[in-house]
Amino acid sequence: MYVAVKGGEAAIGNAHALLAEDRRGDTAVPELSVDQIREQFSLAVDRVMTEGSVYDPELAALALKQARGDQVEAIFLLRAYRTTLPRLAVSLPIDTAKMQVSRRISSCFKDLPGGQLLGPTFDYTHRLLDFTLLAGGAPPRTEARGELAPDLPQVVDLLNAEGLIEPEIPDADDAPVGDLTREPLMFPAGREVRLQNLARADEGYLLALGYSTQRGYAKSHPFVGEIRSGDVAVEVEIPELGFAVDIADITVTECQMINQFTGSKSEKPKFTRGYGLAFGYAERKAMAMSLVDRSLRAQELGEDITAPSQDAEFVLYHADNVEASGFVQHLKLPHHVDFQSELTLVRTMRAEIEAASAPVAEFEEAAQ
Amino acid sequence: MTLQQDYAANAAQAPLEGYNFAFLDEQTKRMIRRAILKAVAIPGYQVPFGSREMPLPYGWGTGGMQVTAAVIGGSDVLKVIDQGADDTTNAVSIRRFFVRMTNVATTEKTRDATLIQTRHRVPETPLHEGQILVYQVPIPEPLRWLEPRETETRKMHALSEYGVMHVKLYEDISQHGHISTAYDYPVLVNGRYMMRCSPIPKFDTPKLHMNAALQLFGAGREKRIYAVPPYTDVKPLDFDDHPFEVERWPEACALCGSHDSFLDEVILDDKGGRMFVCSDTDYCGERQAAGHRGHMAAPYKDEAAE
Repeated sequence: MYVAVKGGEAAIGNAHALLAEDRRGDTAVPELSVDQIREQFSLAVDRVMTEGSVYDPELAALALKQARGDQVEAIFLLRAYRTTLPRLAVSLPIDTAKMQVSRRISSCFKDLPGGQLLGPTFDYTHRLLDFTLLAGGAPPRTEARGELAPDLPQVVDLLNAEGLIEPEIPDADDAPVGDLTREPLMFPAGREVRLQNLARADEGYLLALGYSTQRGYAKSHPFVGEIRSGDVAVEVEIPELGFAVDIADITVTECQMINQFTGSKSEKPKFTRGYGLAFGYAERKAMAMSLVDRSLRAQELGEDITAPSQDAEFVLYHADNVEASGFVQHLKLPHHVDFQSELTLVRTMRAEIEAASAPVAEFEEAAQ
Repeated sequence: MTLQQDYAANAAQAPLEGYNFAFLDEQTKRMIRRAILKAVAIPGYQVPFGSREMPLPYGWGTGGMQVTAAVIGGSDVLKVIDQGADDTTNAVSIRRFFVRMTNVATTEKTRDATLIQTRHRVPETPLHEGQILVYQVPIPEPLRWLEPRETETRKMHALSEYGVMHVKLYEDISQHGHISTAYDYPVLVNGRYMMRCSPIPKFDTPKLHMNAALQLFGAGREKRIYAVPPYTDVKPLDFDDHPFEVERWPEACALCGSHDSFLDEVILDDKGGRMFVCSDTDYCGERQAAGHRGHMAAPYKDEAAE
């Protein structure tokens, strides 16, 4: 008899109960708290906030807990929650020159006004598994936490004096700023829309694209002008008050990439910029983003478009991991109606070929 | 009509706490309704809209869900189908979502529904005036597999430059003897815009033509909405000497005996045994209730025995 290969509400309910049980794991092991995730998996939290487009470490940690540590699933949870949030105000642009930095480096200059600060970095660690963590050892105490004076000039601006680097001229304050969370992506996409797309983009995707530019697919001769991480104030202008008020401090990582530009018919040789910004400590993301931002400027700078990383439609349409993950995984959904149509078609076509080739086979036999 | 819904009644029909009626906030619904109105005004034209992240993944019906959320009202009766069936997992999941978020009545009966969200099928039972059929669309652009660039395809639509599709269909005929598009068959709407009918089998394509219901198409990930208003001309692309044809089955439905419906093939064993049954579960059930029997149907049950 006909047994439907169809799932009902009960099957879905059971699947979700199993998921909840597996998420918890062995109940003999103490449950992980959201606070523990926020404090001890802070880089995972930072990534979820960046790609989830919500700066809220607690919600990002909750999403990670609910998603069993799956980053893309956690990002999706946070995005879906974001949809329901009202938009109360638009902040003023953050001023990263006024950042309270905990890390600041430049690969272009040996020393800089204001100094360099390594900060809490994996760089120069030897990647040896630390078995004291397995045994629950406490980290060594440190007095080494440094701070640079706020109001550090951007390294790239130091090159401005000679006109060696393109100036970054902000748009007029009242110029419209695109917002991908409110309007669909349209082309040609302005740089602000491209940067928003890249900020929300999957880190692995940006990393691979950025990497491709270093291996000759749209070579852009990059140097790290500056990477800085630290806290910046978010200010909102309150119409009733007529002045801006600090509403929060957020941690961000910013990367200014400097790229050689050999000049074109109309432009003298100079250095150009690529820009990356991410919530929290997210250096890999910010660096990759700045490489891709720069390569997407090919058209504006009159460069030949030869590589995937320069192709705005290709890069921007496929950057979002919530979109990509959903569409790739929708192939799990039943497609038996379309498949039935294809089956019918393929059978018809095969039958036609068999019917057409049969007399030819007889003819060949006769000829032998 | 659901577009003139009574907001107060909707608000009173309290959904899940902390969420607005039908999940989306009223401003977002307005934005989507404006896109729908534009789509209705320009049949077959893909209207870009500010698609939102929904709590279900992209590719799983977020476009259809946003359209449904924008037009649904407290008095609507909702039907959700996937592959023609009300009980497929994703249909169950989407129906549950709207019950949680709106408390509206649901039905499996095509004729009783005011609003039907579908994936991959058009119901067999003809729709009537006042009904809305919402399609979930993965890729709205009919020219996408011939031209991957959106900037190009938008120009092609603007200029009605559809020769490339005719060439594709012609090449099919010259290579295979007939058009090898089994589903997602391209159509021309109202004599102007080429449209993708979401991936419905070409069996369903003729149902779009002059349909009494309003047909709305939502593509969430691709951020497009388009529409076929009631009684609109929808013509599948074909050639005079190779007219459009729908697929046919050598058998009738094994449960209800229908010769006129789209049949799913169900494999019964590993020796090539198979049966064909209606993909539209409501249609098949209604026929069986009316006494129609296929060759593998359960014997007629006496109502008194139930």
